[in-house]
Formats: sequence, C-alpha cells, structure tokens
Amino acid sequence: MASALRLMLFAGLWLGLTFGGAHSGFAQTNPQLTPLLEKLDTRNFKQKADAVAAIAAIDDPMVVPLLKTLGAGDLYRRKSDGTYFRAIRKGSAFALHDLVSGDEVETLSKSAVERIIVNNSMRGQIDALLGSLTLRSADPKQRLSAAQSLLKERDPSGLNALEAAIEAEEQDHIRDVMIAARSAIVLYDTSAAQADRLEAVAALKARGGRSMMSLLSGAAGDQDPEVADAATAAAAAIDKELQFWALGQNVLYGLSLGSVLLLAAIGLAITFGVMGVINMAHGELVMLGAYTTFVVQDAIRSSAPHLFDYSLLIAAPLAFAIVGLVGIAIERGVVRFLYGRPLETLLATWGISLLLQQTVRSIFGPTNKEVGNPSWMTGGFELGYLTITYNRMWILVFALAVFAGLLLLLKKTAIGLQMRAVTQNRAMASDMGVRSGMVDAMTFGLGAGVAGLAGVALSQIDNVSPNLGQGYIVDSFMVVVFGGAGNLWGALAGAFTLGIANKFLEPFSGAVLAKVLVLVFIILFIQKRPRGLFPLKGRAVES
Amino acid sequence: MAHSSLIGRAVAARSQAFLLVLLAIAVLVPVMNLAVPAGSFFHIPSYGVSLFGKYVCYALLALSIDLIWGYCGILSLGHGAFFALGGYAMGMHLMREIGPRGVYGDPILPDFMVFLNWKELPWFWHGFDFFPFALLMIVAVPGVLAFVFGWFAFRSRVTGVYLSIITQALTFALMLAFFRNEMGFGGNNGLTDFKDILGFDLQHDTTRCGLFVASILALGLGYSICRFVVRSKAGKVLVAIRDAESRTRFLGYRVEGYKLFVFVLSAMLAGVAGALYTPQVGIINPSEFSPANSIEVVVWVAVGGRGTLIGAVLGAIIVNGAKTLFTGWFPEIWLFALGALFVGVTLFMPKGVMGLLRGDGGGGAKIKLLLEKLGAARTGRMLR
Repeated sequence: MASALRLMLFAGLWLGLTFGGAHSGFAQTNPQLTPLLEKLDTRNFKQKADAVAAIAAIDDPMVVPLLKTLGAGDLYRRKSDGTYFRAIRKGSAFALHDLVSGDEVETLSKSAVERIIVNNSMRGQIDALLGSLTLRSADPKQRLSAAQSLLKERDPSGLNALEAAIEAEEQDHIRDVMIAARSAIVLYDTSAAQADRLEAVAALKARGGRSMMSLLSGAAGDQDPEVADAATAAAAAIDKELQFWALGQNVLYGLSLGSVLLLAAIGLAITFGVMGVINMAHGELVMLGAYTTFVVQDAIRSSAPHLFDYSLLIAAPLAFAIVGLVGIAIERGVVRFLYGRPLETLLATWGISLLLQQTVRSIFGPTNKEVGNPSWMTGGFELGYLTITYNRMWILVFALAVFAGLLLLLKKTAIGLQMRAVTQNRAMASDMGVRSGMVDAMTFGLGAGVAGLAGVALSQIDNVSPNLGQGYIVDSFMVVVFGGAGNLWGALAGAFTLGIANKFLEPFSGAVLAKVLVLVFIILFIQKRPRGLFPLKGRAVES
Repeated sequence: MAHSSLIGRAVAARSQAFLLVLLAIAVLVPVMNLAVPAGSFFHIPSYGVSLFGKYVCYALLALSIDLIWGYCGILSLGHGAFFALGGYAMGMHLMREIGPRGVYGDPILPDFMVFLNWKELPWFWHGFDFFPFALLMIVAVPGVLAFVFGWFAFRSRVTGVYLSIITQALTFALMLAFFRNEMGFGGNNGLTDFKDILGFDLQHDTTRCGLFVASILALGLGYSICRFVVRSKAGKVLVAIRDAESRTRFLGYRVEGYKLFVFVLSAMLAGVAGALYTPQVGIINPSEFSPANSIEVVVWVAVGGRGTLIGAVLGAIIVNGAKTLFTGWFPEIWLFALGALFVGVTLFMPKGVMGLLRGDGGGGAKIKLLLEKLGAARTGRMLR
C-alpha cells in the first residue's frame, strides 16, 4: 500500500516535471551521464545496479524520469542510436516518448527497440533512490511534498535518505518538515533507541499543531512506558496550546461579529442615541446601502469590468450620499412632526420600513441579488493557527474607520458641535443661532448615511435581499441599548462585547441558544443599568 | 359636574351598544352559517366563520395592548409572545387530544416527538391532556412571564422606548428558542394537525361556530374587564402614570404595582386570544413570536384609536379585513398600504378611527396644526 502510494506520488511529480517545462532535450545529455547510460544496457544485474546508483548521484533533470521509467519497466533503448525512451506498446509496435518532455517521438517496430529489464531487488533500490532524489530535488516544492508524504507514511526505509536530505537542506521550513518526518519515523520505530525516541517526542512537541498531536497520541500506547508517558504528556501540552489558539480564534470571530454589529448599530447610535428618535427603518436603510452596491457592481460589470476591484470604493460614497438623502427625506417628511413623541416615531418609521422593503421588492424582485467580492476581499491567510479571511478583516477595519470618522466629525467639526449642542439643549442652541431644524435633518441624514455604508460592507457577507435589514434591527437596538444611548463609545463597547459573548457561548450552547442567552442577558442587564453601559448624565436624561 | 356625568352616560351607552353588537354578531354569524342554505346571499361559508373568529381573536389581542398602551403608556412590542404562549398552551392540549390518531399512531407522544425519536413525554407536557389544566396554563404562563418580566422592568424603572425595545427582545428570544427542535414544541413546524376539541371535530361547522361564539364571548368579557379597570379608581391612577409617571410617584402611588397589575392582566388577555386563535387557524408556530407581528398589533390599536378600548377592536377588524381583501386582490400593494397606514395614522390621525367618529382631533384638525407649525417655522426663519 505504502509503496503504491509512493509510486503514485512519484508519477505525479514526474508528470509535474515533464509538463512543468523543465526541458532538456536528449541531444544535450549531460556528459557525465552518457557513459553510465551505456552501462545500463547489460544483462548483468550487479553492473546495472551500480550504474543506477551512479546515475542517481548525478544532478540532472533527466535522472528522475529515467529511474522512474526504469522502475516501472517501461525503459527502452533505440537500437539505431542508443538513446533511451519510455515506450508504450501500440499493437505490435512501440510508441517512443521523450523521457523528460513526455512527447511522442516516433513509432518503431519491436525489433528496432530493446527493453531494459530490472529485477525485484533493483526495483527496491530504485524506489529508495527516487525517494532520496526527490528529497534532494532542485525544486523546493517537490522536496517539501516528498518530506510531507514521508511524514504521513512514516516509512522506515526512507530514513537514511531523509538524514542525508536534512543535512543538505537549506530552506528552514522544509528542513523542519523533514526533521518532523524523521522524528515521526523514529518515534514509531520500536527498534530505535529509547533516547532517540524520546528526542523524537520532544522534536514533535516543539513543532506542535493538530497533526503532531495525533501523531503523539498515537504513540501513547507504546510498549516502552517512558516513551508512552512522554508522548502522552507532549500530546497534552500541544492540546493545551491548541486550546489557547482556539480561544484566540473565538475572540477573532467575536471581533468579526462585533464589527458587523457595530456597523449596523452605529448609525442607530446617532439617530437613537443623539436625537432620541427610534428609527425602525434603520435596517431598511442598511438594505438600501447593500442594493446601492449591487447596482454599482451591475453597472461596472456591464460597462467597465476592469474597475470591478474598485466597485466597493465607488459604492461606499454613493451609498452614503443616496441613503443619507433618503434619511433627510424621512426626517423632513415624517419624523420632524413627531419629535417628543418617541412611541409614535417608532410606529411611523416602522411604516416607512415596510414601504422601503416593498419598494425594493417591487423594483428588484424578492430574490437574493448576487453581489461579488472584489479580489482583495476573497481568500484569507493564516497567522499561527488562526485563520483570517480578508473580507472579515476588511470589514473590521472599515467598521473601526467609520467609527473613528464619526467620532472626529462629532468632536472636531462645526456641524458636530451643533449636533451636540442641539442634543444637550435644543432651546438654548436655537437661541444661540443654531438652526436646529437643519441640524436635525443633517444628524438624521448622517445616521442614515452610515447605515448605507454598513450596507456596503454587509453586502459582502450577507444575502442581499429585501429582508436584509430585518435581520439586524433587533441586534442593533440591543447594541445601542446595552452600550447606552447617546454615546458612540457605548456602541463600540456594546457591539464588541455582544459579538465576543455570542461567539464564546456558541461552542457550548449552539448558535441559536447563544443568541437567546445574550438577549436574556441584555434584558437582565437593562434591569441593573436601565440606561446602558455608558449612560448620558445630567439633564438630557429626563428629556 | 353635570357635564361629566353626561359624558359618563354617553360612554356607558356606547359600551352597552358595543356589547349588544357583539351579542348580535354572536347570534347572527352562526345562524347565517348553519341555518341559512348554502346558495343564499346571507349564507356565510365555514371558512368565513373561522376568518371572522380569527379577527375576533386579534381584536382581543389589540384590546390587551390598548389597555396598557392607551391607558398606562406601556408600549409593548412583544405582546405577540403572550399571544403565542397562550396559543401554544392550547395547541399542547389539542396535540394530546389527538391521542393514537397521529400519523405514527403513538398513544401518548405527538407525531413530531416520535419523528425526533423521543422516548417519553417531556415533563412540561404532562397535565395538558386535562382541559381545565390547559385552561389554567393559557392564562398562567403568559401571566407568570409578564409578572417576572414586568417586576424586573418596572422595579428598575425601565420605561418608554427602552421598555419597548426589550419587550421586542423578549419575543425575539422566544421565537429563536421555539424554533429549536430541542425545546419540545415542534420546532419550525409548530403544533398542527389537530383533530378535535373536547370531543368535537374541529373540521365540523358547529364546532367552528362554537369557537366563534366562544371568541366573541371572550372579547365581550375582556372588554368588560378592561372597561371596569379603566373606569375604576385604579384606572385613573393608570392614566396619571401615563401622563406624568414621576409626578404620580411623588403623589405617593406605587407606580410599579399598578403597572405590573395591568401588564399581567393584559398578558393574560393576550394568552386567551392566542388560545382561541390556535384551534380556529389550525396551527401555531414560532413565527407568531416574530417582533414584526407584535408591532403590527400596535398599529391596529393606533388605527382604531388608542385609549378607547372599542377603537382597538375596530382597528384590529378594519386592518385585518383590509389585509384579507388586499392580499387577495393585489398582494403587491398590501405592504405599501400597511406602511402608509402606519405613517398616515401617526401623522394625521393621532386619535384613530374613534377620533374621526367623535369628530375631535381628526384628520382635518391635525393637518391644520401641521400647517400652523410649518408657518411658524417659516416666519421664524424669516425673522432670523
């Protein structure tokens, strides 16, 4: 089984070599190789074996395919000029293929070629030579995969070749795999010395990771009690380390969920927190942002496909502007008549949310729309044992950027100052010359525009459908209520706390129950702190 | 004094008229269904009886919301939860009544439990085969939940929109929980395939009419209870809490106690509404818990006119009747209409249909007010 696998592997490598463009025509045969090739054509297996060993020592791209073909018994010599080919029987004739390129050269009758025969002991010799040859191949990828397959197979016969390869290897990460493979072989070789095996345990432990852990726990039942104990302890240590990493991964998932919640809630933190307006249409504003992304991508696909990677950069300001204008229209058209009547505002904006949903459904249809990821949003990378996908990472960055931008806007600009003034004391702000009506419209528009930005980001990870907003409305209200209305920092803390809490509960209770538990927790939390984590203080509380 | 007693007499006359109308409907609908021959213009088909029965249940639910929102200022966006819990309690009884007639023929376990390979009845299903116990649970479960929730919320003075949002969270959490198969309430599909109630076949016309009459009676009783509460001295305190909670507290009233009482009563009414809803619709599933449903109920009340009780009933019937017609004729339009209704009613009809009927605070007056506001804003800007 093991050798069959190895054969397949080598066949793969060989194909890779031949089609990979590593060309060297037969005409330019390595001068060192020529006399050795002559020696192959003999009936004496001893001589032949010596020639094979000598050939294997030569660094030439032809060596591996030659030995491979020879081992498979497909090596033929053309009688006319003495060159070697891989020959495939075609009826009574033979099709000759170039050893390196694999191209068919010509078809000759049986009498024009001569087969190079090998016996069993030579086949074993060739297999071993091939193993060490790929371990010392010029191509690092080939060396790595050879080492990895040895690590998986743990074939003791490869040990010597492995030792030699470790000596010669210059790239650290490949040598590490080779050393791990050697350690694995030694660990599972019950005839090896105890000290060596203990050393192997230490080496495997140092390497760490899930596969090393299973290797080590596989050796936990060893006859040698000391080796077994060491392996058990090492496996436990790796397990502990992996749990630590899993913790980190959970935090990461939590941060990712938190960034989504933050994006969805931060606009609400402005309208609800700063203005005291319950905007139940907030989710639908997010949805409008997502649809803006869809429309932008659609336009780019049909007219300028090369700009696709920039689609989100184009969609973001557009979504901010469009959804912001929708927000201003809502404020001027409906909400401003309802200030001071929060419960009525809630109902009216819920009505608006239904109108927006149905409008989008009538225009774009009820089905999910395909929003693509630009190339820089796809894929991911590994950090230690953490997997980080690019879209989650960019959304986190984007959420923090939006947060920072809003904070700056509120604290450092004139309009931000006016917004805060109107929030704290509308009458006084009016008396000081602030046009409170305009500030209201701008604030609402800002909250809506941020919802639009959230929609651009969410279109990358969620289904873009008319129902997109409904999925976020309860969660984002929870974030704002938990964090404390009227405070952007509250929204930040709330979003990440809830996100991480959710992801930490999930392994124990399942996703749905985790959400239920978080909701119950918030309901209880509100009892203790009715105004959230960061409550507004002073007169604003009672107004 | 004479004036107020005049109003009092008018209100009394109106509620008597309302109860008389209910009585008339309770007699007429079954007669028109059972006695009038099928071809006649006056015949009401059986599905019509169930449909009206559904509206009546909704009306009772709206009534329960009007009691707390209209008279005490508690806007619950999670009353659908109490409605659904009542519905589930009734559904559990109906499931047990199926007995061995289920698809799998298990004498005790409902079909979905057999399907999930459960071996015995979960503890909370015990007793539901006994109808009086189920009746008790229909009011007790929503009542206890409302008591616990309200006790925490009112004691820590969670009010206004915060309360609305956490009631929404409550029903959302329950919806997610009931969607889980492990909860033992049929998961996604809920409870359905009911056969009969108290031995009467649910598909039979007389049973449907009986349920309809029961719903009307429940509505009339619920209305009478609510009316008694709001007209009592406690009812006056409730209105005071609605209009100025802090001031009422400073006057020495235990605001929490009043709120808790009316909240629990309202939840129980909602539970009864749900219990009558389940057998007439034939299914109860977790979507009844969805926050959107609860918010819709509030609109019924707003449309009818909050703080009028009768208005809530009218609103529920008008909106649901319109919904049935609209979704039948042009389904596309319904959400537009409902959305516009939300916006229009809050902007132009703050007192709802009842306000229009009474002629005070109706659309015209509101529009005039708006125009005045606009004018004031413009002159203000010009001055500056």
